[in-house]
Amino acid sequence: MNEEEMLKVFGDILGEVLGRDSVPLTMSTRRRDVPDWDSFSYVNFIVAVEMRLGVKFGVAEVESFDSVGAIVRRARALLARA
Amino acid sequence: MLDWLPLANDFAVSLRAAQQPSAAPDRIANLASLARHRLDFLQILQLDRALRSIGGEAAPEGFRFIRLAVLASATAEHLLPAIRVAGLQRSLWVQAYVSAYGQFRQESIEPSAELLQFSPNAILFAITVPELLGPIRLNAPADEVEEAIAGAIDALRSLWRSVRKTFGASVIQQTFVDGSEPLFGSFDRLVPAAPWRIVATLNARLAEAAAEEGVSLLDIARACERDGREAWFDIRRWLQAKQEIAPQAAPAYGDFLARVLAAQHGLSKKCLVLDLDNTLWSGVVGDDGVEGLTLGNGSAAGEAHLALQRYAKQLKERGIILAVCSKNERTIAEAAVEEHPEMILRMADFAAFRANWDDKVVNLRAIAAELNLGLDSFVFVDDNPAERARVREALPMVSVPELPEDIAGYVSRIAAAGYFEATSFTPEDRDRALQYAANAARDRLRDAIPSVAEFLHSLGMTVTYQPFTKVDLPRVVQLVNKTNQFNLTNRRCNGDEILALIEAAGTISLQFRLTDRFGDNGLVSAMILRRSAQREGVLELDAWVMSCRVFGRELEYEAMSIAVESAHAQGARRIEAEYVPTPKNGVVSELYSRLGFVRSREPSSSPHATRWEMSLEDYVPRQTPITRRRGSP
Repeated sequence: MNEEEMLKVFGDILGEVLGRDSVPLTMSTRRRDVPDWDSFSYVNFIVAVEMRLGVKFGVAEVESFDSVGAIVRRARALLARA
Repeated sequence: MLDWLPLANDFAVSLRAAQQPSAAPDRIANLASLARHRLDFLQILQLDRALRSIGGEAAPEGFRFIRLAVLASATAEHLLPAIRVAGLQRSLWVQAYVSAYGQFRQESIEPSAELLQFSPNAILFAITVPELLGPIRLNAPADEVEEAIAGAIDALRSLWRSVRKTFGASVIQQTFVDGSEPLFGSFDRLVPAAPWRIVATLNARLAEAAAEEGVSLLDIARACERDGREAWFDIRRWLQAKQEIAPQAAPAYGDFLARVLAAQHGLSKKCLVLDLDNTLWSGVVGDDGVEGLTLGNGSAAGEAHLALQRYAKQLKERGIILAVCSKNERTIAEAAVEEHPEMILRMADFAAFRANWDDKVVNLRAIAAELNLGLDSFVFVDDNPAERARVREALPMVSVPELPEDIAGYVSRIAAAGYFEATSFTPEDRDRALQYAANAARDRLRDAIPSVAEFLHSLGMTVTYQPFTKVDLPRVVQLVNKTNQFNLTNRRCNGDEILALIEAAGTISLQFRLTDRFGDNGLVSAMILRRSAQREGVLELDAWVMSCRVFGRELEYEAMSIAVESAHAQGARRIEAEYVPTPKNGVVSELYSRLGFVRSREPSSSPHATRWEMSLEDYVPRQTPITRRRGSP
């Protein structure tokens, strides 16, 4: 999965979490750029990404993600290792 | 987890289709059928959103309204969608309230305005061990540990009592989940203050307290033992969001809780319907003959079938009704059941036995009619995926577990589905299966005797009646809450409420036990008449329920005559009553008029209820074939 494909998957998941259509995301999107993406739905989003991709993020990583791009990069690295 | 539910094909498409109809009841029915699939956390989130968009402050027709307050010490918001969706599966319309983080104690003792406004009828306590129990020094002796635990449990009891007093709600307590790691290892079991041992003791004392207080348990601790703690608890979610239950486990959590709620409302399954060939034994009896079947010792598969039979027999012993629905020649099937030396289940174990070549849907309907049970109380077990799909499609109210390919996994799959969840176990439960078998014998007698009147006389019935007794109170509570058909006022109440009612001045409570020459039917009817606060000399029929096992025996006439005599004895002049219609109590819609009541001009308590009254002077007792006996207190 390249970055673009993964952004699309993330956008779909975020849409499901927030109850709307797929959310257009870029590598530089931040949480505050997306309406309603609060800390509660952030945890749900992380859970959903882990479930769908079969990866697990460490607690320190989840705290340090500062953009969607950071999550995409980490998820791709984890998938490449698998 | 939830692997007894079939997978949903193309969830997104199904969800969109489910929301197409413009009428809310159709959308609810569609969503309920989608809810009967194995959905993950994210899918449930979406289904729940669709459900909530329907809105509606009242429960739709055919649903029980559950206003659930979750008083939790950890984060619980993420569990609510799964709780609502699991409720939807079981005809429970759940609205949920969660206490603010860390507020479960305050909310119990001095509820917030919001909680008072919400007015829950069910309250779940989910408390982590450190929230309830302070640290105990590791070298504390057993009695010191017990004392600390007793104190913690007492504190919990006072919370239960407090919310009961404020809301009159049913209370459910989650068992304590062990979050500890081994400290001494295997030796932990021998150290009274070892963290694991403390949780074990806490749960043991919790169960004792719950039994005494009439509180239902939600045994997540047991589920963690069964599935492994990692299936339920994710340390990362605890650290990130203080979730004691991981989001992946939310669907299972919702299901566990909905089972308990359903059990409290008499909505657990009551009847297990089994297929024969390749379910109760390996092989096809019509082709292979009785001696060609694989069943019993000497074969691993044969022993697995025996294990299934043994489990069914245990269910029967706790009051679950067994039936057979099989495509077979009846005589051949019966011969196999009666004659195979290894069979554990025999003909006498089955309250209904359908072996023929009809569609199983037709047969299941016939079994329901024969046993006077709703199809929504049925579980249907069949090894054939096509039969399962057919029954699910035509009779969505019947629970049909997905089964593993390997017969070895049948028992654990059926058990894991929790169809037969209970919140009490009374002598009547134990005897129920026997009573259904006796009913079958009575039915045969009825067929042999031409008139109904002669049949009833031939039964030699005796009713034993008396005011509610303490020892029978659990059965009375169960009867009041589980009876859906012969239930005039649809009143539901817990033991405390009933105690309060019958202790009030002027209340008449009556319990009826019916025996006949086939045996004891048990405590089958209960009635509460309350002295009217407004009108002198008036008794209000607060509740009257009767088990469907004794329909058509004229017990209702004898019971009313007994009630009228008690009313006379305390100087009452009139009985007033309401019929509150529900989807299931049509059988008693004409009862008051048959008993001699007339429609009252007073307004009824709700628009669809009807109000009735009867002057005691006008009452003409009907002669019934039932002999009376006053019970000893």
